[in-house]
Amino acid sequence: MYSDKVMDHFTNPRNVGEIADADGIGEVGNARCGDIMKLWIKVDGDVITDIKFKTFGCGAAIATSSVITEMAIGKSVTEAEQITNQQVAEELHGLPAVKMHCSNLAAEALAAAIEDYRKKAAADSAS
Amino acid sequence: MTEIYMDHAATTPVRPEVVEVMLPYFGTEFGNASSVYGWGRRAHQALDQARDTVAELLGAASNEIIFTSGGSEGANLAIKGVAWAYQTKGKHIITSAIEHHAVLDTALWLKKHGFEVTILPVDEEGFVSPAEVEKALRPDTILVSIMHANNEVGTIQPIAEIGAIVRKHGAFFHTDAVQTAGVLDLNVEELNVDLLSLSAHKFYGPKGVGTLYVRKGVRLDPLIHGGAQERRRRAGTENVAGIVGLAKAFELAREERVAENARLTKLRDRLIEGLQTIPSSKVNGSLSQRLPNNVNVCFQYIEGESMLLNLDLRGIAASSGSACTSGSLDPSHVLLAMGLTHEIAHGSLRLTLGRDNTESDVDFVLQEIPVIVERLRKMSPLYQG
Repeated sequence: MYSDKVMDHFTNPRNVGEIADADGIGEVGNARCGDIMKLWIKVDGDVITDIKFKTFGCGAAIATSSVITEMAIGKSVTEAEQITNQQVAEELHGLPAVKMHCSNLAAEALAAAIEDYRKKAAADSAS
Repeated sequence: MTEIYMDHAATTPVRPEVVEVMLPYFGTEFGNASSVYGWGRRAHQALDQARDTVAELLGAASNEIIFTSGGSEGANLAIKGVAWAYQTKGKHIITSAIEHHAVLDTALWLKKHGFEVTILPVDEEGFVSPAEVEKALRPDTILVSIMHANNEVGTIQPIAEIGAIVRKHGAFFHTDAVQTAGVLDLNVEELNVDLLSLSAHKFYGPKGVGTLYVRKGVRLDPLIHGGAQERRRRAGTENVAGIVGLAKAFELAREERVAENARLTKLRDRLIEGLQTIPSSKVNGSLSQRLPNNVNVCFQYIEGESMLLNLDLRGIAASSGSACTSGSLDPSHVLLAMGLTHEIAHGSLRLTLGRDNTESDVDFVLQEIPVIVERLRKMSPLYQG
């Protein structure tokens, strides 16, 4: 059902954890539908230097969270927020059709973290 | 890697003794049971004999036995068959919230066709209340369908008591006995049922064959037209090999039932006790009125499919009521009906034991699950451990 790459990210997820002094935090999904992704980012200049995630969800939810951390580290926030759920799925060599909508939320979690980072940055510069 | 199969509520392997009695009917005795010559007569004799065996095991008469393609067809035939035949008498049907979809979806389909359906709630252990059944019965109620034991949580319903109430009110009573056939004593007189459906592959028989018991005097409109087989209630050339296999498997299950149930109950309780030591876990279903092979536990903060994938990587086959495994966006309707929240229902794990499981299998599973739960919890944003 899952590609080897999905299983690789599921069994050895990259960048699991939290960042205590994160510059942005994004959380998407809800417990009702069975998937929650939370992402912490660290930004230097405008480059994402570190990402950590925690996910409650199925194999696809965990694998997409893991793979997006690899895709986004080293990118500028502007580049990173262009990443789509479709690209995440392609990076994993595809996801089962039923998982495309319910468990493929990583790009949204990243976008939410970047939005949070921007809000915080704007608040900081205003103060 | 050794593989451990703990999903016997899903299906079971066919026993070699069963395969053996089936084989001739694929080869030398391939005849159509409706034919007049030797091959046909011998096939017909095999059918008669299987029918007698099944009837005897159910405490029924042979002409009350219909062979079907399995549990889903049995439930469909029972419910649609009675609904269609008795719609001039009434159009009200009662069932419960935790039925298998073969029953629930059939009832809901009838609702689209002008029938009224009452779906009874269950308590937190998954019991249907006989008093609630009595309250729901109306003069126009034609059928009540309540499962004997639940396939997900193993709760065994007070079928005889419900059956007596239904009979008093003049409706017919169907029970889906797919999970209890070969496990519990299925005497249709003692259970007070008018219709009972079962499926061979749940008790080490072949897939694609089942039985619907229909009490004498209960009319039934067939689902499948086109032949006189099964006393005109189910057309189609009989699956002779499958039917012979069903009867043999049912017979073996009854012979071994008491000893095997005692063995499975010990393994089950060992599993339940071991899993309960995991923090933030909850056993679902009744602990006293429970199938001897069923274990169902929710582990908070984690999701079922990721648990199943991890178990599979360790060679353990199990199932879950999470949305991802139910094929919909919602987790198990059974767990939700028992009052569990979506979040907790997503983290359910079902282990169903069988003939091939040993104490060392149980110990291996008990060694692996806590590690998997801990690993997934460490990844979960809901867990503050």
